[in-house]
Amino acid sequence: MSRTTTSHAASTSTDSLSTTSSMSLLSARLPRRAAFAALLLPLAACAAGSGDADGAAGGSDGGPDGGASGGSDRGASGGADGGAASDGALTVTDPWVKASEEGMTACFGTLTNGTAQDLVLSGARTAASSLVELHETTADGSGGMSMQEKEGGFPLPAGSELVLEPGGNHLMLMDLTAALRPGDEVELILDFEDGTEHPFTATVKDFAGAQEHYEPEDSAGAVASDGGGEHDHGSDHGTAHESDHEEDQ
Amino acid sequence: MTPQETSAPQLGRRHLLRAGSLGVGALGVGAASVGLDRALRDGDRAAPSPSAAAAEPLHGGVIVPFHGEHQAGIETPAPGAATFVSLDLREEVDREGVLRLLRLLTDDAARLTRGEPALADTEPEMAAEPAALTITVGFGPGLMARAERPVPEWLAPLPAFGIDQLEDRFTGGDLMLQIASEDPLTVSHAGRMLLKDSRAFTRVRWVQPGFRRSPGIQAPGTTMRNLFGQLDGSANAAPASEHFSQVVWIQEGPFAGGTSMVIRRIRMDLDGWDEADRTAREQATGTRQDSGAPLSGGTETSDADFEQVSVNGFPVIGEFSHMRRAHGIDEGEHQEIFRRPYNYDIAPPPDSGAISEAGQIFVSFQADLRGQFLPIQQRLDTLDLLNQWTTPIGSAVFAIPPGCAEGEYIGEAVLR
Repeated sequence: MSRTTTSHAASTSTDSLSTTSSMSLLSARLPRRAAFAALLLPLAACAAGSGDADGAAGGSDGGPDGGASGGSDRGASGGADGGAASDGALTVTDPWVKASEEGMTACFGTLTNGTAQDLVLSGARTAASSLVELHETTADGSGGMSMQEKEGGFPLPAGSELVLEPGGNHLMLMDLTAALRPGDEVELILDFEDGTEHPFTATVKDFAGAQEHYEPEDSAGAVASDGGGEHDHGSDHGTAHESDHEEDQ
Repeated sequence: MTPQETSAPQLGRRHLLRAGSLGVGALGVGAASVGLDRALRDGDRAAPSPSAAAAEPLHGGVIVPFHGEHQAGIETPAPGAATFVSLDLREEVDREGVLRLLRLLTDDAARLTRGEPALADTEPEMAAEPAALTITVGFGPGLMARAERPVPEWLAPLPAFGIDQLEDRFTGGDLMLQIASEDPLTVSHAGRMLLKDSRAFTRVRWVQPGFRRSPGIQAPGTTMRNLFGQLDGSANAAPASEHFSQVVWIQEGPFAGGTSMVIRRIRMDLDGWDEADRTAREQATGTRQDSGAPLSGGTETSDADFEQVSVNGFPVIGEFSHMRRAHGIDEGEHQEIFRRPYNYDIAPPPDSGAISEAGQIFVSFQADLRGQFLPIQQRLDTLDLLNQWTTPIGSAVFAIPPGCAEGEYIGEAVLR
């Protein structure tokens, strides 16, 4: 599978570089955005050093290991030189984690399924946390928002995008193993239902929002309800198939 | 920006970005390459009237490349609005913390200056018009020490001058951010974003907003008038010239490609200035107020003739005049600095009876602080008629590290 990868920080960082170039759902405005994405060198990506200047071509889905992972590619994407063409990769754009001294926190970013296959995000892992849950935020029917574990995972059909953002869907990092300080880099791995995985690196940011209060009902799961501070926000965002969220600014 | 660059709208954004991404070498001496494609794209939807749309390019989309041999915001033409922020590192922040902070600030700056939201930007819409945004970072001695790297000898508070009445609230600091754009709203958002990412590491020591002319008011390169009405900065080396490089950029050592920055808050006594008639004002500076030309004749850019005497035998450019003292002609020496000042004009202190509180955020860059800036300042401290109306109330010195390439953090060359 194209997003299967055994590589680590360097390749995943580069993945996020070329990410937007693989968004097949984006329309004519994509080339400009893709060009930007090519310039987004992640914070610690010096080693990769592969900031492909011609980002709009979106040719590289993995920089240094592009060849290796290309070997297992489905080949469905074909040439990616067309700018908006899918490069056949699953990508994570601009991942970040809210800084936290202890307890729990959340990870955000945009997942894009540039492959020709429908996927289901079934879980995530990181050494920074003993348990990562997939959470969704929905209207609770009484004017507020409630947060709960997403049963069955997040479907990610071919060509679609999953926006993880404060007040919306997110990866919940329970029981942190150490403080996550601003500017730290966190390695995470996404697990998909078909057994594939996708590692990526998220930047820790000092962030005042995302103040969900979780009250675990038992040790295994956590039913969450937010502090009530984000009414009428979450419901507008974070749907699994939102394709044009960032472009709507 | 040069005329050629601003009149090249056929260059697409992609093209410009690609050029920017080439980094160090391609940026040459660091002159900003600037595009107006965004302006053209948005022109039809945002123009105030259909007929004006074609003739009035917008400035919001202008991008100054962030990466390069030198940091942007020095050789870049000074835009209309700037905020200078001085931060003190929190006690617990160590070398590793300093580096984390700089990586965050670098990422924010790289994104915001190209019109993209910062990571986790809660107001991403406000990042869309960079309007020539530049973010320039300077290190105080405290940051160098905390990062466990040698503090350059010159990186220290200036010696106390007799004219100084420095206030702590405008003086010193470990880390300086110069946030400048043609648009004050852009400056505000960028500053807010940078400070949110700095908060865990630093406390705000001081903030000084300043202004110059708005874009589209005068031809690029026109010397600004300060609040005394004087043309201020006439003697500056021209950006993108070899002369500029010699004056500003440090040539050797870890700070090669960087510079030194002096930032002083100069209160200007506008009430007292009102009492001086034009002749007195021109005698004080040695220049004409209208044209900025030396009193010896010519135009703003003419060389001063310090030997010229009046019919009474007195020097035309007075011995105590600002121009003569700054120049150093009578001491047989001459130093140059590059000035990039901003004005401030804020509410007067409550119950002071004053009608204004105004002055200049004096900003100068020079390769050699001790060899270039200090002799000038010492001469002016000793004698300068203009001192009657000006009082330094804040002062700080920062080391400006060279620019960084993509993937590096600001100051990496200095701190690695």
